[in-house]
Amino acid sequence: MLNYSLKRFVYMLITIWVIVTLTFFLMHMIPGDPFTSEKKVPEQIRQNMLAKYHLDKPLIVQYGYYLNNLIHGDLGISLKYLNRTVDDIIKQSAPASFQLGIQSIILGVIFGLLFGIIAALKRGGGWDYFSMFLAIIGISVPNFIIATLLQLLLASKLRWLPVSGWGSFKYTILPSIALSFSTLSIISRMMRTSMLDVIGQDYIKTAKAKGLSQLQIIWKHMVRNAIMPVVTVLGPLIAGIVTGTFVIEQIFSIPGLGKFFVQSIYDEDYSMILGTTIFYSVILVVMMFLVDIAYGLIDPRVRLAKGGK
Amino acid sequence: MGDREVLLDVQNLEYSFDTYAGEVKAVRDVSFQVMKGESLAIVGESGCGKSVTMQAVMRLNPEPPGRFKAGKIIFDGREISKFSERQMQSIRGSEIGMIFQDPMTSLNPTMTIGKQIAEVILKHQKVSKAEAMKRAKEMLDVVGIPNADRRINQYPHEFSGGMRQRAMIAIALACRPKLLIADEPTTALDVTIQAQILDLMKDLQREFNTSIIMITHDLGVVADIAERIIVMYAGKIIETGTSDEIFKHPQHPYTWGLLKSVPRLDAQNKEKLVPIVGTPPDLFAPPVGCPFAARCNYAMKICYEAQPEYTNETDSHKVACWLKHPYAPKVKNPFEKEAYTSEG
Amino acid sequence: MVDISKDKFEIIGANASESQSIVRPSISYWQDAWRRLKMNKVAMASLVFLIFLVLMAIFGPYMRPFDYAHQDLFNTNKPFSKVHWFGTDYLGRDLFVRVWMGARVSLFIGVTIAFLDAVIGVTYGGIAGYFGGQVDNIMMRIVDILYGIPYLILVILLMVVMGQGLWTIITAMVMTGWVGMARIVRGQVLQLKEQEFVLAAKTLGASPGRIILRHLIPNALGPIIVSMTFDVPNAIFSEAFLSYIGLGIRAPLASWGTLANDATQVLLMYPMQLFIPGFFISVTMLAFNMLGDGLRDALDPRLRR
Ligand SMILES: Nc1ncnc2c1ncn2[C@@H]1O[C@H](COP(=O)(O)OP(=O)(O)O)[C@@H](O)[C@H]1O
Ligand code: SF4
Ligand SMILES: [Mg+2]
Repeated sequence: MLNYSLKRFVYMLITIWVIVTLTFFLMHMIPGDPFTSEKKVPEQIRQNMLAKYHLDKPLIVQYGYYLNNLIHGDLGISLKYLNRTVDDIIKQSAPASFQLGIQSIILGVIFGLLFGIIAALKRGGGWDYFSMFLAIIGISVPNFIIATLLQLLLASKLRWLPVSGWGSFKYTILPSIALSFSTLSIISRMMRTSMLDVIGQDYIKTAKAKGLSQLQIIWKHMVRNAIMPVVTVLGPLIAGIVTGTFVIEQIFSIPGLGKFFVQSIYDEDYSMILGTTIFYSVILVVMMFLVDIAYGLIDPRVRLAKGGK
Repeated sequence: MGDREVLLDVQNLEYSFDTYAGEVKAVRDVSFQVMKGESLAIVGESGCGKSVTMQAVMRLNPEPPGRFKAGKIIFDGREISKFSERQMQSIRGSEIGMIFQDPMTSLNPTMTIGKQIAEVILKHQKVSKAEAMKRAKEMLDVVGIPNADRRINQYPHEFSGGMRQRAMIAIALACRPKLLIADEPTTALDVTIQAQILDLMKDLQREFNTSIIMITHDLGVVADIAERIIVMYAGKIIETGTSDEIFKHPQHPYTWGLLKSVPRLDAQNKEKLVPIVGTPPDLFAPPVGCPFAARCNYAMKICYEAQPEYTNETDSHKVACWLKHPYAPKVKNPFEKEAYTSEG
Repeated sequence: MVDISKDKFEIIGANASESQSIVRPSISYWQDAWRRLKMNKVAMASLVFLIFLVLMAIFGPYMRPFDYAHQDLFNTNKPFSKVHWFGTDYLGRDLFVRVWMGARVSLFIGVTIAFLDAVIGVTYGGIAGYFGGQVDNIMMRIVDILYGIPYLILVILLMVVMGQGLWTIITAMVMTGWVGMARIVRGQVLQLKEQEFVLAAKTLGASPGRIILRHLIPNALGPIIVSMTFDVPNAIFSEAFLSYIGLGIRAPLASWGTLANDATQVLLMYPMQLFIPGFFISVTMLAFNMLGDGLRDALDPRLRR
């Protein structure tokens, strides 16, 4: 396990390094320096910026400074809001996105697993069709459509929940549901398949032959084994939720990082775009790392692989 | 066997599967008994209903698609075919233990061996978790797994095939059941390991005085473990007798075919192995006559038209074949010749 | 009851006519796959729908006398009518024509990306799998790392740097999208290359390129086609997402995603403008996914459940 984790960790570091380097050189492919692309930067500030970011030095030296800045968490200054650093904006807006993301993941994973388990146990029943229907919606309808539909129906028409904005918990309900939708449907579908697979395994027959009750068999022998393949897709699903916040925050006017990010694309605020990209990438790569470790922890075949004991 | 008590009595069992393609009549009118302390073998080609028969006794098959159509199963004086699922749960694992064919897939890959053994103890006996683990460890000793202290915390993938089957035996015997059903326990193992597992089962049977039902498609395996043998074909029992009767005086052409097609550990003559040509009939629509007719070299017109009745050769030896009918021509029994001329 | 007369006891032996062996005509892999696919009603319906979609993408824009880019500020946000079958958008452009122009762009993007992903992925995976050993090791480590980079984020970054447009979006998505295919092909090649026909070709002195192209890839075609079928909707989906956040195709060209983005301007008043492209995206996604499922079942019987 130690070996495995270490290997994953090294991979994570390399991936982050590749992303950062890629970002740096991509940034320098934009004609001119990042501060000339928008005419609204006053000359004085521009000079300061150039000096501060050493943009007058050779590329490789700049790369060094850039890495150094990154390690110290300095992502640069927003070109739109010249008095604010990208770090500031992230610090201020990330918590809303974070809350939204966490709520959606929890919602998606818990209900996804639940629906999948029930659908498999009651194969061919109403629940099975319901979860199949959810899965079809989940893979085919883009989340911005689902979000808009929920907003128009539950908020504008029925007035059960606020249309948009951010504040108390009730503001988070619709966006969380919209954001978790595809995760929920994919997990429920995978869990269903995986459960059906496990139900047919010989060790379930062994468990039954031991005299265990149906509930004991489901809980101790089926779910634990069936969850394994689902964990492996958790990484991409989390990535989907994170990128999903870009549109969901836009639609529900949530002052989160996703909204700022998309706005910065409209505004061509390059330093904001690049800083945020790195921030997102690092978060996601770390998440994937954690998912890998979690997988290792629940699967003894990985946990005990060579060097584990 | 006469003076021993009956432990399991299966009467006219019929078991089917309702699939989208129709009813699979997997077990058709099967009756047999197992005595206390006896070891019985059920043999036949794969797909002939051996596993389904025993799973019907334990009611392990999900229903649907499985369906208990008819019959009575009496175990230790109780009619368990009338039991509720909950009552069955108290029998499974405690009074009847079962071992399956493939030790690679029969153990839960994400649970330690110790927990898997302790689980069955905890289910049926009022003991603490620690006590259950202690007994699990003792069971590992009993089935001949060394280093039980360490082994108990390992996962199935850390065990070899033979070790896993030993662990399965430990699970099946942990609650000292009266009956052990072993469904092809050695089929998936190497030949040398097979012999070890068979020896272990024989030893444990003597030690615990358990009755054993051993399912196998390999007559060689049962030769020295079974007292009595049931030969099944296409969901029916076509011949049954003591081990001696089946090996020395087999009466049914299918049994002859089986004996010729398996290498026998005890056979002195190095006769060529002759596989039985063809495949067992479709159980969706079993033939009206003798199910073996299409593959039987001795088949007569009547064989295609009606099922043969059972004929008693001796008290213990029964066979279902039209060759036993008084009208039938006398055919040379290839095994009688061997038994009386070459050895006698 | 059956009458048991003496004459019925004459040995006639194993009966061939009663014997249940039905001789099946041996049909080729592809014929067999096609036969299986045809039995899958959902997959066939999806296929028919997709053919319809392609035809409409080709001919739809000519069915109405409007230009997809023509603005008519006197006729903005019109509802469905005899003139404008799907109404008009906030700039007065005919939505029926724009939806089918959008279909052209979205399908073109989806198919092109799936094709390019396949070309790169098959080449890369084929080489890694065929040579194995250290070559494979290094090549797959690179793939692992690329695989770890969040796909959409990288695409967004590339789009920002390269500027918007049809080909940038395709380039950006292909640059990151081929790794999945590379993994699949490598796995297939690793399995296949030990088989006899490949060893035979090797002994006969065929070059690696020839073996990969003539022997390995054709035998791995099933999984490759299935993977491509899933690639198309994924690309359409990603493109719609990018266009929706303003990073897609440049106006006046439109994909379904751009149409959805345009609709956000007037969403609360005219939600239909969002739901029309949304509907087409959804149904297309569904059709491709169902067809992909069907193809997987048909082409890879081992994976059938
Ligand atoms: N769950 C099931 N559904 C349908 N048919 C089944 C099922 N289980 C077993 N069968 C059929 O029952 C017959 C007997 O199977 P089985 O008892 O497993 O044979 P064996 O003698 O090899 O143990 C076979 O023809 C098999 O196809
Ligand atoms: S009944 Fe007829 S067909 Fe069946 S085994 Fe006997 S001789 Fe052969
Ligand atoms: Mg069996």
